[in-house]
This record gives sequence, structure tokens and C-alpha cells, in this order.
Amino acid sequence: MSLSDTIAAIATPRGEGGIGIVRVSGALAVPIACKIFRSPRHISPAQFSTHTLNYGRVVNPVSNAVIDEVMLGIMLAPKSYTAEDVVEFNCHGGVIPLQQVLELTLRAGARLAEPGEFTKRAFLNDRLDLAQAEAVVDLIQSQTELNFRVAMDLLSGKLSQEVNALSDRLADLLAEVEASIDFPDEDLDFIDLAAARKSAEAILNGLNRLMATAPDGKILREGARVAILGKPNVGKSSLLNALLQQERAIVTEIPGTTRDTIEEPLNLRGIPLKLIDTAGIHQTEDVVERQGIVRSKSYLDGADLLLVMFDASQPLTEADRQLLDAVNRSNAIFILNKVDLPVVTTIATLQTYAPQNSVVKTSVLYGDGIEDLKTAVLKEILKGRETISEGVIVTNIRHYEALRRAKIALEQARDSLFQAQSHDLIAVDLRTSLDCLGEIVGKITAEDILDRIFSQFCIGK
Amino acid sequence: MTVYPKQYDVIVVGAGHAGCEAALAASRMGCETLIATINLDTIAKMSCNPAIGGLAKGHLVKEIDALGGEMAKNIDKTGIQFRQLNTKKGPAVRSSRAQADKEAYQHEMRRVLEKQARLDIEPVLVEELLTENGRCIGILSHTDTAFLGKTVVLTTGTFLKGLVHVGEVTYSAGRAGESSAEKLSESFLKLGFEISRLKTGTPPRVKKDTVNFDVMAIQPGDEPPRPFSFSTEKISQAQMPCHLTYTNEKTHQIIRDNIKSSAMYSGRIVGIGPRYCPSIEDKVVRFSDKDRHQIFVEPEGRNTDEIYLNGISASLPEAVQVEMVHSIKGLENAQILRFAYAVEYDFAPATQIYANLETKRVENLFFAGQLNGTTGYEEAAAQGLMSGINAALKVRGQEPLILDRSQAYIGVLIDDLVTRDIREPYRMFTSRAEYRLALREDNADLRLTEIGRRIGLVDDSTYNQFQQKKLLIQEELERINQTVLNPTLRTLDELKQCGIDGLDKPTSLADLLKRPAMSYEGIKQLSPPIRPLPTAVEKQVEIQIKYDGYIRRQTLQIERFKKLEHLPIPDEIDYGSIHGIKTEAREKLAKIHPASIGQASRIPGVSPADISILMVRIKEFQRSQTAKIA
Repeated sequence: MSLSDTIAAIATPRGEGGIGIVRVSGALAVPIACKIFRSPRHISPAQFSTHTLNYGRVVNPVSNAVIDEVMLGIMLAPKSYTAEDVVEFNCHGGVIPLQQVLELTLRAGARLAEPGEFTKRAFLNDRLDLAQAEAVVDLIQSQTELNFRVAMDLLSGKLSQEVNALSDRLADLLAEVEASIDFPDEDLDFIDLAAARKSAEAILNGLNRLMATAPDGKILREGARVAILGKPNVGKSSLLNALLQQERAIVTEIPGTTRDTIEEPLNLRGIPLKLIDTAGIHQTEDVVERQGIVRSKSYLDGADLLLVMFDASQPLTEADRQLLDAVNRSNAIFILNKVDLPVVTTIATLQTYAPQNSVVKTSVLYGDGIEDLKTAVLKEILKGRETISEGVIVTNIRHYEALRRAKIALEQARDSLFQAQSHDLIAVDLRTSLDCLGEIVGKITAEDILDRIFSQFCIGK
Repeated sequence: MTVYPKQYDVIVVGAGHAGCEAALAASRMGCETLIATINLDTIAKMSCNPAIGGLAKGHLVKEIDALGGEMAKNIDKTGIQFRQLNTKKGPAVRSSRAQADKEAYQHEMRRVLEKQARLDIEPVLVEELLTENGRCIGILSHTDTAFLGKTVVLTTGTFLKGLVHVGEVTYSAGRAGESSAEKLSESFLKLGFEISRLKTGTPPRVKKDTVNFDVMAIQPGDEPPRPFSFSTEKISQAQMPCHLTYTNEKTHQIIRDNIKSSAMYSGRIVGIGPRYCPSIEDKVVRFSDKDRHQIFVEPEGRNTDEIYLNGISASLPEAVQVEMVHSIKGLENAQILRFAYAVEYDFAPATQIYANLETKRVENLFFAGQLNGTTGYEEAAAQGLMSGINAALKVRGQEPLILDRSQAYIGVLIDDLVTRDIREPYRMFTSRAEYRLALREDNADLRLTEIGRRIGLVDDSTYNQFQQKKLLIQEELERINQTVLNPTLRTLDELKQCGIDGLDKPTSLADLLKRPAMSYEGIKQLSPPIRPLPTAVEKQVEIQIKYDGYIRRQTLQIERFKKLEHLPIPDEIDYGSIHGIKTEAREKLAKIHPASIGQASRIPGVSPADISILMVRIKEFQRSQTAKIA
């Protein structure tokens, strides 16, 4: 709501092709860029001139993992869309890098923008003309209705029921603490520290359970992302076609034909997947080809599962070994393709590099081993379960963020309960946690807490 | 009609806790002031419990004091027992409470009023508000005399159409035995104000020498007693104890057997009562699983035999009250001096006033106290003070003084009243304050004394003393932050005595103080200040350093809050013509007329999307206004 926060959102329509933009607006826009953007010559975004596009990488500041190669647009106030400092990360498109970059901006201090908020700010800061006021209002209204519909869906989807239940228990806990503060003269033990700790732990478990469904939520929303990697001409596109049972990717004998990544939805025994064929990972001088390769590398971070293909009929090349290094410790299945030809590279060879990963032998050309591969893929995605989690699933990044912040505050409150900190401090953290859950199910006010106190305890003189 | 020859700047109607503060503030700010009360002998009367302060209420009293009000000083002079509540639950929620000598409190306040320059006291029953062109110009008395004033502050308490209930008997009275103001309510309705009903109750009083205190638990005051006022050096009078007893199953049976004759349960009372101050009937009916309820047995003063039975307010018939009281341990032979009763009264829902307490309907007319739907002496006094200040500022032609929710409980109180359309008697609780860690009793002076000084309510000696304190705090904070302790053998040994094991690197006193086991006392042992500091300074330094992390977080929240609070909504905005906002929200906005986007967002029923659209509309409005001028 506040005009002073820094807000962030994916500013381009959801889609796979082209460039996707994460836009950040507000006083923290440039500092956020400084935290997560690395230029090749180590120049801080704070030093970039306004209205420039700058090449570099988005890096997770904690793990130092490279998320994506981007062009960073800098537009300083007042000459920007919102008339505030704006930075835009032009990502490679596809949902994964965009989502990841967005998440990093949120962790670095931005707030997820409300529907229509960039446009609203533009108007409030005199960037749009008066005639556009109606359009802004329409935008806010339609987005709100959309959210409302989503909220109704969530209702039937039981998420808000579940969050409500947690929020209810949290409110009861807060009511106990508040009662002990505001009514010290009563003949009542409002709060039993041991019980309060237990109850905080139970709510935390609930939050953790909900947050743990987020990966499944992502699978349901977008499909599990299964990336096919391998050196050129190892048979990636053929595998894609075999799995999809249609001619989709361009298949030629010339290495490097697949310049762009291809994403195809596939419903595998009821589980939605998104198959991604990537350009072959190998060293090349071709600029267009290099773009595709960089993107392949970014999928190492973003995919739920990697299918890494090797040519059984040839010895491992330097490129294969680099690939093995790159996917080390990733969630990956190795595919030994072209087993119809005389075999040079064996399962044993691969296992000397990566003993943990399962290996499937295929001959994509003749359709051999495809069913085994499908079974192996499902096994990996479901991690041993029959199907994905039943019941409540967190599918929305806004909700996930709120749960995450609720959890951090509640952990602090629990620790304070263990250290027998003073009640006024415990109450602050409980209140923060409750407010975060309130972003999903509606705010619980001070008056609501008092209502709880009066209905549960006989209070007053 | 005759016109009283003297014309006033401020006329205060009512001399309860709100009226006294209003009149004192206005006259001290240089206004010619009249305080009109039905009865001169009931100035600052404590109609209900004989205590000032308590949770969150103590905060209000300290804030009143910091701004230059009188309540804290008066209770310091006349209190008979002082306690600090919640000593172990954190500095933010420590609250002061004192038992008052009711009679002494009244007399002392009356003396202060009488000595005050520019303040006249008149025994007047006000029957009508005089207005001209939508402005209040004075009052009309029951003797048909018009008193003219530039502003009028109404603090009529429970006297507007007061209706007392005892069992099946009902009679008109502001308090038991005191006449109510019947005609003024009519005058309100004529002016178009909305009036509604509330209810409150009070317990029986018994005669001291008929009470057997020996069988009750004793509750003494703190030693030494801590004063309320920042300018009181020491409480020197002796303290009196309170006692504690309980109801029992027999008491509850008597109440259950007679519940039909209770005014509360007979359906004769229409007003809404406070849930946090339930009658004993309510407690027994609603919490039937509780086998006892506590009763604080409190003296009403040094020179009176009246004992207040805190915890059993009732509206039962007198005979039942006798039976009920006699069933209680220690009260078997108690003689009742005053019977419990419930009182219903008119109040004016406070969405009809602005945050400066001036009415939206009639200019120069201010409402304060129970009239606005609050309960409690402290809540009344806080509003009284602010109404007196704002009436005086209006007379001077200056900007109103509006405290926000991050500055004071007074701000929380008034914002809640004018924003939330409250229909239950409103009492302050610390949980109502979202910035509770910042709004402590101990820093009320640091928060508000500068403001009191600016408007002319804080005198030179108080202010000099305050500045001295501030300076000492500043210096000691610097010293504690800058002094570094090296882990020498001797230091380690001394630390061990404070309960701290090991110090691996040179550490500032501040970082040491942040450790849970460390207190300022310990720091003083390790490294004393150059000269000994007053306790209040030591406490302040300790709290500011120990809670630094939390206080800093709250400060950030406050900064965000202030930004929305400082986005004004132009007065001319016509909510009726705003498209895009939900009807319910539009009606509420039109009724409450919020001063800022921040206030608008706190109105129940107004959604974040409504606020977004409102912001766009305001901008649209402002730009079309600029376009017109250009």
C-alpha cells in the first residue's frame, strides 16, 4: 500500500519465448541490483548511468550461484515509468529464471507489487495524464476481481482453510500473551510457558508442512521441469520427440541445429511435466549458439530434473566430462543412448564419475528403453511417492513468501519463549507472524484479539 | 434570556476528569476560561473505583503529565497506595497504579482549579448549546442565562439522560443521588447529532468496621512508592493496604436464584456495557465453571469508612445485594453504605468528531470524555487535556495538536474513537497500541514534553529538569557505547560475579549490557559513571540499550506508518461521486472523513483495493484543481 516501499514483479506476460522482464521500482531498486547483479568488469550498478542497458549476471548473493545472464536496465527517477528509481532485469525468458530473479529481489528487500501497482505509481507520480485515471482504476478493479476469484479457488482448494486454522491457533497464543500483559491482576494463569512453546512448535510444523508442498505446487502450476542435456547430436531432440510421440524439434545430423530451447508440456501418467530440449553444451564460437548454451547452463539451476544424455557408441569427450562436472550432485538421470550401435561407453564408465545417479540405456532411434526412462523420471519427480501430495498445496509465490516470513517471526517468538524473554517482546514476534498469515487470509486486528480474550477468560473487576 | 457580562475564549461544560484537564489546559495556555458544572462539590469526583492508573491507563496518566496536564500530580499528592504492575513482563508493559483517597483527590483538584488564573468556576446546569451559522457561540443555563464563548468543550460524562438501575427500580440520575442533564441531549438531537446508549456499573460499598480483614489476603503497596508525575520527587505520605477475598458457590447460587430481578438480565437495559468490566451477574452466568471470582477490598480514603468491593458490580435489588455480600468470606456482617447500580447514559458516537475532538457538524464545539463513548478516568482526562489544548489553539488561530498512533497512547485512543465507530464503552489496553515497544511509561516525557513545552503547558522548571535528564541520558549512552572492556583477569573475575562467563575479545559496555544476564547495575559495578546518575536516567539507558534491536525494528515500522499518515486527503473530496470504490467503503469514508490515507486504511470495511483507487482519485482531484487555477 505504501508509496515508499520498493516493489518488484514480472512485468512481461507469462510465456516461454523471447525476453522476460523483472521490474523493480522504488528507493531500494538500485541497492537491490547491487546485491544480486554482477557485471563482467565488477562495476557496481550504482555506477551505471541512467537509461543504459548493461550486460551481466544475476547471482544468488548467498550461494553465489549464477541464475541467469541478463541485460540490466537502469532508469533513475524521475525519468522512469513510475517516476521512481527503476531497474529492469531482462532475462532469457522462460519461467524459471524470471521466478528466480524475482525471488532474489524479494529477499533483497523488495515487496511483491500489488496488481496494477506500477501503473498506479506512475499515475500518482504524474507520469500518466489525467485521462488515464479511469484506466488505472479499471486495472486495479479487474486485478482485484481476479485475485478474488483466485481467492475463491483457494478457498475450495483448502489453502486458506488450512492457513486460517494456523492463524487461529496463533491468534489464540497471542491472546494468551496479551491477556497476561493487559490483565495482571486477574486470578488466572493465562499462559503456561511449556504449553505455549509446544503450541508454537505445532504451528511451526504446520507452516513447514505447507511450505513443503510448494515444490509440488510448482509442479501442478507449471509442470515439473525436465531438461534434456547433452553434447550436440547425442539425440536430445529425438528423445524429446519419442517422449512426445510427435515431430516437434528439428532433427538433423548437423550438430547444433537446436538453437533455441524448446519447451513442451507432457502429461506423464497424470503428472504434468515440461520437457526442455536445450542447445548442446559445448564450446563454440557461434554467438547465437553461445546464447543457447548459456541458457542450457541456467537450466542446471532451474530444472527439477535433468536428463543427461551420452553417446554409448563413442568414448566420453572433453565436453561430456565437463557436463558430468557441471551436473555433479544435481538431480539427474543419465541416459546412455545409441546402445543399438557397438557400445564404447558403459554404465560402469559413467558411474566412476557419478556413482549416485541412475543410468538408463536407450536407443531412441528404435524406441528402446523409453518406458524404463519414463518410470525412472516419475520415480525421481515423486521421490518414492505414488503421486504428488493430496490436499492443500501452496501454488502462489505471494503465499509462499508470506508463509516464509510468518515462519521466521514465529521461530523468533518460539526462541524467546524458550529463553523466557519478556512478554512484550514475544508478543511483537507473534504479532508479526500473524500479520504475515493475514496477508493470505485477512488481517486479525487488535480488536479481534481482545474479542478472543473476553470470550475465553473471565476478566475484569 | 440574559447574557452573562463576561465573554470567554473557552467554556468547559462538566468538571469531571475530562473537564478539569480541559479547563486547566485552556486557561494555562492563556485563554479566558469558564468551567460550568452542575455541582461544585463533585469536581473531579471518582464515581467508580478509587484508583488511578493500571495497565495502559498508567501510560495515559504519564503522557498527560508529560504534556503538562494535572492528573499525575494530583494522584501523587492524594494517593494512598502505589504499585507498579507487570514488573517482569517487559519495560513496555510496566504500568503504574495508585489507590486514591477519593475525597482528597477531589478537594485537591478543586483547589488547583480555584487557584488557576483566567479560570472561572460556575455552578450551572447547561440546557442548550447556542449556535449561529453552524458555529457554537456559547451555552444557555437552567436559569436562562447565556454564557458566550469562542469555543465550547462538552465533557458531560454519564449525565446525559442518565438512568440508574437497581434491581427492578429505575430513576433518572447522572450518578446515584445526583440529577442528570435531561435537556442537553434534546439540544444535541436538534443540532443533528446522533446519540446512542451505553451502560456501565458500579459495585456496593461497605462500612470499614463491619469488615473482617483478618481472614483476607493483604495487598500492600510498593516500597518505596514510585510517583506518576515526572516532576514529583518523592511520595512521602504513608500507604494503606488493600485486601483480597473471593466469591464462592453460595454467592453464585444467590445470584442465579435472583437473576430475573437483575436489571441487566430483565431486558430493561438497552445500553451496551463493557465486556472487560463485567457485572458479577455476567461472570456467574457466562463463566459458570469458575468456582470463585476475586474481589479487591479497597479503602476509598483515609478519613472515610467506605470500602469499595472491586469485582462485584451489579444491578441486583438491594435485598439480594445484602444476601450476596454476606455470603462472602470476611463480609459476613458487612453493612452496605451504598448499593451497587448500573447506569445507562447517552453518548455521541465519536465518528462525529475530528481528531482534534472538534465536532464535524458544529464548528468550535468539542466533545471529550465519556460523552465520546470511553470509560475510565484516565481515558476521560486524556481527551479532556487534548480538547482543552485544541480549543485554545483554535482560539489562537493555530494548527490543531493531533498525536498519532506512534507518538502516544493518547493518539491511539483518539484515532480509534474517530476512525472505528465504536459502540462499546472503550477502555485502553496496551494491546491496542501497535507500536507498544516505543510507547512506554518510562519514556512518556521523552516523547511528549517538547510538545507540551511548545504549546505552552510545560513550565520553566519542569522543562529545565527535563532537558537536564535528556542530557544525562545522552552522555551515559555515549559512555556505555564507547567504553570498551578488555578481557583482563580482573575484569573476567568481576564479570563472573555478574553471571557472565568469558569474554573473548575487547567488548563495549553496550554489548555487555545486551546480554540477558547483564543489568545496568552490573555495568555500574564494572565501570561506574563519573558521578552517580538518577534512577530514571539509569533505567532509560538500560532499556534503550537492552532492547535496541526490537526498538530499531519498531522505529522502521513507525517510519513506514508515518509516510501514509502524512498523505492528506483533501477536505473537498466528495465520496459520493467517487466511482470504483465499494459502496460500503464509500459510505464509511463519507461518514468518517479520514484526514489521511493512513487513517482511511484503518477504517473497518475499507479494503486495500479501495485505498488504491482512493489514492488515484485524490490525485485526479488535485490535478484537476491545479488545472483550474492555471
